[in-house]
Amino acid sequence: MNKTTGTARNYPSSPQQKATVRAVLDARSQQPGALLPILHDIQDQLGYIPADVVADIAEALNVSRAEVHGVITYYHHFRSEPAQGAVVQVCRAEACQSCGSEALWEHASKSAAGHNVTLEPVYCLGLCATAPAVQIRDKFHARVTPTKFDRLLAQLKEAA
Amino acid sequence: MSTAVKIYVPRDSAALALGADETAAAIQSEAKKRNIAIELVRNSSRGLFWLEPLVEVATQKGRVAYGPVQAEDVARLFDVGFQNGGAHKLGLGLTEEIDYLKKQERLTFARMGITDPVSLEDYQAHEGYAGLRKALEIKPTDVVQQVLDSGLRGRGGAAFPAGIKWKTVAAAQADQKYVVCNADEGDSGTFSDRMTMEGDPYMLIEGMTIAAMATGATRGYIYVRSEYPHAIANLNEAIARATKAGFLGDSVLGSGRAFHLEVRKGAGSYVCGEETAMLESIEGKRGIVRAKPPIPALQGLFGKPTVINNVITYASVPIILARGAAFYANYGMGRSKGTLPIQLAGNIKHGGLVEKAFGVTLRELVFTYGGGTASGRPVKAIQVGGPLGAYVPEQHWDLPMDYEGWTAVGATVGHGGIVVHDDTSDMRKLARYAMEFCAIESCGKCTPCRIGSTRGVEVIDRLADADRQGKPEVKAQQVKLLRDLCDTMVNGSLCAMGGMTPFPVLSALNHYPQDFGLSNPDKKAA
Ligand SMILES: Cc1cc2nc3c(=O)[nH]c(=O)nc-3n(C[C@H](O)[C@H](O)[C@H](O)COP(=O)(O)O)c2cc1C
Ligand code: SF4
Ligand code: FES
Repeated sequence: MNKTTGTARNYPSSPQQKATVRAVLDARSQQPGALLPILHDIQDQLGYIPADVVADIAEALNVSRAEVHGVITYYHHFRSEPAQGAVVQVCRAEACQSCGSEALWEHASKSAAGHNVTLEPVYCLGLCATAPAVQIRDKFHARVTPTKFDRLLAQLKEAA
Repeated sequence: MSTAVKIYVPRDSAALALGADETAAAIQSEAKKRNIAIELVRNSSRGLFWLEPLVEVATQKGRVAYGPVQAEDVARLFDVGFQNGGAHKLGLGLTEEIDYLKKQERLTFARMGITDPVSLEDYQAHEGYAGLRKALEIKPTDVVQQVLDSGLRGRGGAAFPAGIKWKTVAAAQADQKYVVCNADEGDSGTFSDRMTMEGDPYMLIEGMTIAAMATGATRGYIYVRSEYPHAIANLNEAIARATKAGFLGDSVLGSGRAFHLEVRKGAGSYVCGEETAMLESIEGKRGIVRAKPPIPALQGLFGKPTVINNVITYASVPIILARGAAFYANYGMGRSKGTLPIQLAGNIKHGGLVEKAFGVTLRELVFTYGGGTASGRPVKAIQVGGPLGAYVPEQHWDLPMDYEGWTAVGATVGHGGIVVHDDTSDMRKLARYAMEFCAIESCGKCTPCRIGSTRGVEVIDRLADADRQGKPEVKAQQVKLLRDLCDTMVNGSLCAMGGMTPFPVLSALNHYPQDFGLSNPDKKAA
């Protein structure tokens, strides 16, 4: 909890985005406990959850806007503004710490500054037997050293 | 294609993270180049992660293993005829004969690494769905009795007997009941749920279906954390195939009894692994812990009677039904029956999955199986049972693994995750991290947990400052404060998040006082 959402109001949705949200709501809102699946679908398709669609969601589910906002901000996974570049997650949980992930995190913080990426901590990717672990976009990487980390960032740049 | 050689390359997340897709692609293209007919199977992982990607080839003598095989090794492997079991420095001989694997007692993980995870044919060829077929032949109450008699206790942490929960739900009167699987697996050092969902999803689906048949539930949810995309994809595919083949749906195996199953994706919240917070999350709310009673078995999901178990709990059920309760109960010791898939992680040479009957010791796990630290340095501390588990000092490494026996010395079996630290680890930093993690992940419902964890971080920081500045009286004062705080958290928290965070903190303080700048009383006395 206690996640701050930043100034999400800088990112109003476009008409296409609104249409996407509408389609998600039409498909999902009858499902029991639909809010999380809806938020996932929106974020998967738009990359984030625009602040001004909160009202649409609330209306479709017949709950208050505060409730929807509360859910979005409660969960670490949801973002109220687009990520910059690729999302890079470095695991900082115990097993990864035992294999040097704190030093990797420090290194990553410096390296990331020179790249178009959003660096985030993550607390376990389930790769604890091959620590330290990193996720870049949808790909997992294990036993990541600072050198390997820089190589992965460079590959990301090449691919872009 | 009957002469095609079967070659196996795992698709488990950890294998993928070590380059399994690249290795598989290299094998495909190299075979094509050399005109060798192969059938590439993307199996699950055997759980010997220091050897991943572990490539196996089917030979007349059995499967032969090579590992770790990177894409650049592939050409040389073909040069020596590895597709026929040819000798190479990465060769490991017959897979089944590898010591690490051979000495295990794999009941739940029997198929792991052997089958194609989403193949229903493979699953059934290896005893799959024998348990459900048995369950449909006998009365629901007899199914519950089998689970009770097996002595199976919840593998998610609290170790509550599964059969008792099932019995409560079965006896409850309601128009709708649910079966929910807790697949949130948030603990650092644990991955057996992930491996099961990725590597043998039908085993979980079968276990949940048996629970539904036993309790009269017709709907089920698997709550999977968003950090596990491959698990989610495999489960969805397996559910679709099982539904198509009649193992799920309106009439399970033509029994006239319905069971519908759905995957729900979490959104990055540790406390959503707590069962009532998980229910809130599935209902579409913030994952805040509910006070008990009412217990979920009577008023759970959407207020209806709900069975909630961990992935491994459900996954243990098919074999209990297929082979009988006594077969399972014969493994283990005391009131800790059966086997546990134990996860060796952290700074360990041979990290991976070891399934053993209860009674195995930490020393055997960490040194005989694990081979000591990956760094080659001495083992300093072993955290068992996830982020809320204690750091277990050497004096307890020979204690047989048993729920009651470990609890008596302040250790937790939890979900069976073991994280090894070498002598470069700073226990004060790890204690601080435990408090910080609690502060980040607290659901906020109770003050000792929400505020106490933040204060805990501050106290540990002040302790460190006092140590650096050489102020023994401030140090003593902060230690006292830290102990008081832990006491409040243990006694004043609603759930184990706030109630157990003091375990790693206090065990670090008690067993490694030198890291806190305190003298070691034991050493002085010696
Ligand atoms: C903070 C917290 C986190 C938990 N995380 C998990 C988890 O990730 N997976 C799990 O199965 N149980 C977890 N539990 C335990 C569950 O609340 C519950 O006991 C369990 O899912 C019941 O299933 P079982 O009886 O099969 O173990 C957690 C408990 C707490 C207090
Ligand atoms: S102990 Fe912490 S996580 Fe558990 S209910 Fe209280 S505030 Fe929430
Ligand atoms: S602790 Fe980093 S992947 Fe589990």
